[in-house]
Amino acid sequence: MSRTDWEVVIGLEVHAQLNTASKIFSAASTAFGAEANRQASAVDIALPGVLPVLNRGAVERAIRFGLAIGATVAPRSVFARKNYFYPDLPKGYQISQFELPVVQGGAITIRVGEGDKAYEKTVTLTRAHLEEDAGKSLHEDFHGMSGIDLNRAGTPLLEIVSEPDMRSSAEAVAYARALHALVRWIDICDGNMQEGSFRCDANVSVRRPGGPLGTRREIKNLNSFRFLQQAIDFEVQWQIDTLEDGGKIQQATVLFDPDTGETRMMRSKEDAHDYRYFPDPDLLPLVIEPAWIARVQGEMPELPGAMKARFVEQLGLSAYDATTLTASKEVAEYFQATVSAAGQALAKLCANWVMGDLAARLNKAELDIADSPVDPAQLAGLVRRIADNTISNNIARKVFEALWNGEGGTEADAADRVIDAQGLKQVTDSGAIEAIVEEVLAANQKSVEEFRAGKEKAFNALVGQVMKASKGKANPAQVNEILRSKLGG
Amino acid sequence: MINAPLSELRRALDARQISAVELATLFLDRIDAANPALNAFITVDREGALAAAHAADERIAAGRAGPLTGIPLAHKDVFCTEGVLTTCGSKMLGNFVSPYDAHVVTLLKNAGAVGLGKTNMDEFAMGSSNENSHFGPARNPWDTARIPGGSSGGSAVAVAARLAPIATGTDTGGSVRQPAAMTGVTGIKPTYGVCSRYGMVAYASSLDQAGAFGASAADCAALLTAMAGFDERDSTSLERPAEDYARDLDKPLTGLRIGLPKEFFGPGMADDVRAAVDAALAEYRKLGATTVEVSLPNAKLAIPAYYVIAPAEASSNLSRFDGVRYGHRAAEYGDLADMYQKSRAQGFGAEVKRRILVGTYVLSHGYYDAYYLKAQKLRRLIAQDFQAAFQHCDVIAGPTSPTTAWAIGEKSEDPVQMYLSDIYTIAVNLAGLPGLSHPAGFGAGDLPVGLQLIGDYFAEGRLLNAAHRFQQATDWHTRRPAAFA
Repeated sequence: MSRTDWEVVIGLEVHAQLNTASKIFSAASTAFGAEANRQASAVDIALPGVLPVLNRGAVERAIRFGLAIGATVAPRSVFARKNYFYPDLPKGYQISQFELPVVQGGAITIRVGEGDKAYEKTVTLTRAHLEEDAGKSLHEDFHGMSGIDLNRAGTPLLEIVSEPDMRSSAEAVAYARALHALVRWIDICDGNMQEGSFRCDANVSVRRPGGPLGTRREIKNLNSFRFLQQAIDFEVQWQIDTLEDGGKIQQATVLFDPDTGETRMMRSKEDAHDYRYFPDPDLLPLVIEPAWIARVQGEMPELPGAMKARFVEQLGLSAYDATTLTASKEVAEYFQATVSAAGQALAKLCANWVMGDLAARLNKAELDIADSPVDPAQLAGLVRRIADNTISNNIARKVFEALWNGEGGTEADAADRVIDAQGLKQVTDSGAIEAIVEEVLAANQKSVEEFRAGKEKAFNALVGQVMKASKGKANPAQVNEILRSKLGG
Repeated sequence: MINAPLSELRRALDARQISAVELATLFLDRIDAANPALNAFITVDREGALAAAHAADERIAAGRAGPLTGIPLAHKDVFCTEGVLTTCGSKMLGNFVSPYDAHVVTLLKNAGAVGLGKTNMDEFAMGSSNENSHFGPARNPWDTARIPGGSSGGSAVAVAARLAPIATGTDTGGSVRQPAAMTGVTGIKPTYGVCSRYGMVAYASSLDQAGAFGASAADCAALLTAMAGFDERDSTSLERPAEDYARDLDKPLTGLRIGLPKEFFGPGMADDVRAAVDAALAEYRKLGATTVEVSLPNAKLAIPAYYVIAPAEASSNLSRFDGVRYGHRAAEYGDLADMYQKSRAQGFGAEVKRRILVGTYVLSHGYYDAYYLKAQKLRRLIAQDFQAAFQHCDVIAGPTSPTTAWAIGEKSEDPVQMYLSDIYTIAVNLAGLPGLSHPAGFGAGDLPVGLQLIGDYFAEGRLLNAAHRFQQATDWHTRRPAAFA
């Protein structure tokens, strides 16, 4: 049997760190990168007698997420203790939610693949619950000992659990990317994967199509989309190989090693902890009144789906363009700012530039759009000059490069400054173009003859010569027209 | 001065007949003299007490004294006190100096009260005799061969032997009321949530509540008034306006309906306790109260329910004592698991280990429903019983403990016998109700007997009022153990 006889089943658990200023159960700061244990309060280090107090900001972010995915925000949810011993878990238990999570259900639509093969799919979510993060064990800095840094202990997390709806690593990555974009879109998580603000665990199994679910193995702590893809691909192949060799899959937790590209077992089901969950008696049930939900609803930003529809309807963009421009909050914000400066009539041109030259340049420079050296107002200034025929698209690329390099200054009229300073204004004076055309015809008799002999290619060469002679500034449409009339005449 | 009620101490301090420093010194000297025999204090903080007394004197001189300014008191060693050892009666915390004050401690410091030291207790408040203290048992001043009750034994002893006029305690299953009864003092545990638990080392979070010891209901009222109040750092703290628990002390008892649960008057109560309780109830009737029989049919389930819920919470609450960040760590160990095992095996005493094991068991996968959830259901039934009873009465009365103080070592071999001594007090914690114990006479061997009063939620004022009127008409609460006069 071959690999195509197997169906892959993937569910994701994502830990999104909520971007509150203070921790979920204490007033200590959540800022990243402080000296070890400088952001650990009495509550975070679990001194005797201390008690947790729930951060309303964390709850509010959970509500925002629930509303964004069309889930039920539970009117009453319960914090529970997950008991286990580990040095970076100061209380000996993690406060989480178990039987009654704050967000229940919901769904996210993802777009998988590129071009003609792209398709949309809806991934159902099981739940999302609030919990606290643990600290960190530092095994490298101390000889024969481990250090404990509790700065991260008590950082608020939203654990987002999907149904096992995904059927390939590509779908898993598309889902993770969509979720990543969404939590940043609704501003509940900074999404910084290097700093661990967005971590994925993947539950992977394989089965015969239509058959019962296979035994799953959970890959822990994948902190990049690339690792997520690699880890799933390796794991899937490993499971298929194991099964085809007559082996069995044992339920287990595995780790992905980015250096080898392999997954290896961390613990089997037999070693699994009995977490002895029970409701935390230090915290009352979390009651969320309808008025609170209504207020959060009122403060919600326009969501990607709605924005996409609006781009199609009001701006006349294609569905593909609208999807691309709403793939992340930053791109959408940049595009909207560009359109609002350039005018709605130029939306399509703005879209082309944001998705085309700007995206390519950012990609080359490995920059985020928020850090683009060309700001939306400057790009709008450029787009306007294309639209009013001051410059051609080709010259515009040259102007854009100049803007990128800071020529033209930081003001919105930077494009005009570059055009003026470099004399790039398009020549539309027919007389001036005619003069150039005549010079070119005189100097390229061979091409003229070829054209007259029926070689259309020779015409293009002549256009190129005219454009070159005008340093690219001649209006291409006029050049065409004049050239044709001269040759035809 | 040693035996004076708080009201008299207040007058003497305000009239400058005695300074706060002199008063503190008086009690500190008594502690030094009596503590070797009674073992009531784990830590005596003479330096801190004198500094606080000095500050109180300045405050009194400036005319800014409050009701407790300059009044000496003792804290159960379960309350965190900044810069002073907080051991919780355990080797595990034998070296633990808290960097912060419990909320109750802060309130009393702000009131100008003078903390003399930290009192002995059963380890992590688990016990009914104070024999589970790592620092040895506190002894009953009425007979030092006997237990003083627990877990707040040291605080009860301190007040009974007048080593402190008032003391704080905590009550999870009777730990204020039972030792109060055993040592002949008054003790009150308020409604769950009235006092902040912030800074109280947790035993069973859903049951733990701070309480007050005093020689009289009036003294308890003054202390409780200063201890109570909302604290945003405790999510189970109740947001209610401040209350003066002394305001109704003098109200006549005419028309007060006292419910007598028939389940509290059955077999199991010692004859001498029954005689004293009956006499006290007769006194209440003389004061204008009526008695009516009520029923708490599920009260018999309180002990099994408690010994599921409390150990379950304790097993989790005590997980933080792992030798990693503070407290006892084994001197030698192999790997991480070995460090945990050795540190906890060495740091915890037998009763604490027993409850951790029980609690871990009842929360385990496959047993949770049968034990923990079932116990929570019983808890609701018990609370409903009380609400039904309060349809027919204003307060409930009965014995605080089935017997008077027993000999040290008498019940140590049989934990279940020890658990049964809390049969009348535990249901009150499960329901979250306020309860009070006051002296009601003496049993065999001149050992004190306590009467327990139980009120509906927030009826602390009424309980204190009833006890106060009783104490106006009787003198049991003024009797002192002769050996520590």
